[in-house]
Amino acid sequence: MKILVAVKRVIDYNVQVRVKDDGTGVVTDNVKMSTNPPDDNAIEEAVKIKESGKAKEVVAITIGDDKAQETVRKALAVGADKGIHVKVDGIVEPLAVSKILKKIVEKENPDLVFMGKQAIDDDCNQTGQMLAAILNWPQATFASKIEVKEKSLEVTREIDEGLETIEVNIPAIVTCDLRLNEPRYASLPNIMKAKKKPLEQINASDLGVDTKARIEQIKVEEPPKRKAGIKVASVSELVQKLKNEAKVI
Amino acid sequence: MSVLLIAEHNNKELRPFTYNAATAASKINEDIHVLVLGNKSDGVAKAASEIPLVKKVIHVDNEIFDNFTAENYTSTILKHVDNYSHIVCSANTFGKNLMPRVAALLDTSQVSDIVNVISEDTFLRPIYAGNAFATVKSNDKKKCVTIRPTSFDPAPSTGGSAEIVKSDPGDKFESSKFVKREEIKSDRPELGTARVVISGGRGMQNSDNFKLITAIADKLNAAIGASRAAVDAGYITNDHQVGQTGKVVVPDLYIAVGISGAIQHLAGMKESKVIVAINKDGEAPIFSVADYGLEADLFEALPQFLEELNKLNSIQK
Repeated sequence: MKILVAVKRVIDYNVQVRVKDDGTGVVTDNVKMSTNPPDDNAIEEAVKIKESGKAKEVVAITIGDDKAQETVRKALAVGADKGIHVKVDGIVEPLAVSKILKKIVEKENPDLVFMGKQAIDDDCNQTGQMLAAILNWPQATFASKIEVKEKSLEVTREIDEGLETIEVNIPAIVTCDLRLNEPRYASLPNIMKAKKKPLEQINASDLGVDTKARIEQIKVEEPPKRKAGIKVASVSELVQKLKNEAKVI
Repeated sequence: MSVLLIAEHNNKELRPFTYNAATAASKINEDIHVLVLGNKSDGVAKAASEIPLVKKVIHVDNEIFDNFTAENYTSTILKHVDNYSHIVCSANTFGKNLMPRVAALLDTSQVSDIVNVISEDTFLRPIYAGNAFATVKSNDKKKCVTIRPTSFDPAPSTGGSAEIVKSDPGDKFESSKFVKREEIKSDRPELGTARVVISGGRGMQNSDNFKLITAIADKLNAAIGASRAAVDAGYITNDHQVGQTGKVVVPDLYIAVGISGAIQHLAGMKESKVIVAINKDGEAPIFSVADYGLEADLFEALPQFLEELNKLNSIQK
């Protein structure tokens, strides 16, 4: 079995994001970038399945500018066998990402495709479902547990009401929740070894996918600021304020 | 130009966020039709027809919809979209799972999780965990939009009498099978719609200590929330998680206990009307969004809080 894992380079989750003064986006210059957190869970799960003997190969793919390669290198350092970097500049919407991934799926023939359930930059939560749609594959979204069976996966999904379990036939798409596993860190020797693993570069334009944005970003603004609050000295003061000032209890 | 709203329900009744989504839909266009896909779901179609904003209900009743799988929903939705300019539903786990599958097959770039409708093609949506708001214009002919339910008031649920039209399902999807659903039943208000939410974080130290939170929730008729750290640590189940990848809540009162206030937690609660933070670390980022901050050990503060509440003559419900 072969697993393709899609990873995205995003602003690190610990960075306090700032909006550009001209309203065209957020500041990314000199800002720490990392792998989208649930994409780390997707890689970890694929590598674990390989280590259990149920998969033979894990291929990591990223789509983005030259620097996006770092994300694939990191995936290689934690156990992926091969990397693919589809080079494209600027914002690529989830619809175009799914079309690029479909081309790669047709080329690589994976049995499973894993990715994070949501990227923490655009917060779209679309790509996995879209890829499943255009491949006509089943989708198991927001996975917090995956059990590999002979020709299917049993996946526990986190839903608003609690947990849901579904069984999807292979081939299938899984989008991963942060609770799926605990991603490992790359050791220095493995980071060195990863540099020798194959990393294929493909230009998005050579795949024949139209990546032009369908959604115009008109402006990006700061969220409304909250009025500064106060510190209260005691619980009784807190309760009095909530009762008589805020009038919420 | 008409809007097709996909109903979220449990085959017996509409789930509450469908009413919020109806309000958002009405800001796009007044001609709102609701598509109800369910199994033995006549009551749901009737409830949808009683929403005064709704002009027509299309009801497809078939056993393939028993568990609301995105695959079976999608083939049927695609059969019914011809006359609509917009397909909308709420941006909770139901809509997040479903809508992109529909959008991709319509070759539409979806607009996710909108918090405001600026015009029929322009919407406001949070990005970067709500640290920025983007105004975006969709240039697709058919627009697929998911709606952050807590950003819109629920539509009135009675008084309407829209026509209910029966229709047929699309193809059944064979490669996916529902196994089970473990719903956590509770008599408390739902987290997403509660007037008061009290949440615990890593500072709670274990699941047993959450009973301190439960006692106050009982008193205030509040829903119980949690930070991702508390859920990851196993103190409480995932359906309580508030944050960027959990639920977004906008209660009148949000009480954060033992929660440091990571960016991803703030994303889920910082639009609350009044925020209280109880934390022994005075430098915790949660205090930067709190209207009332109490720097204290929660194990002393929570019992005192309950005691003070017991002294009050009346408490709003």
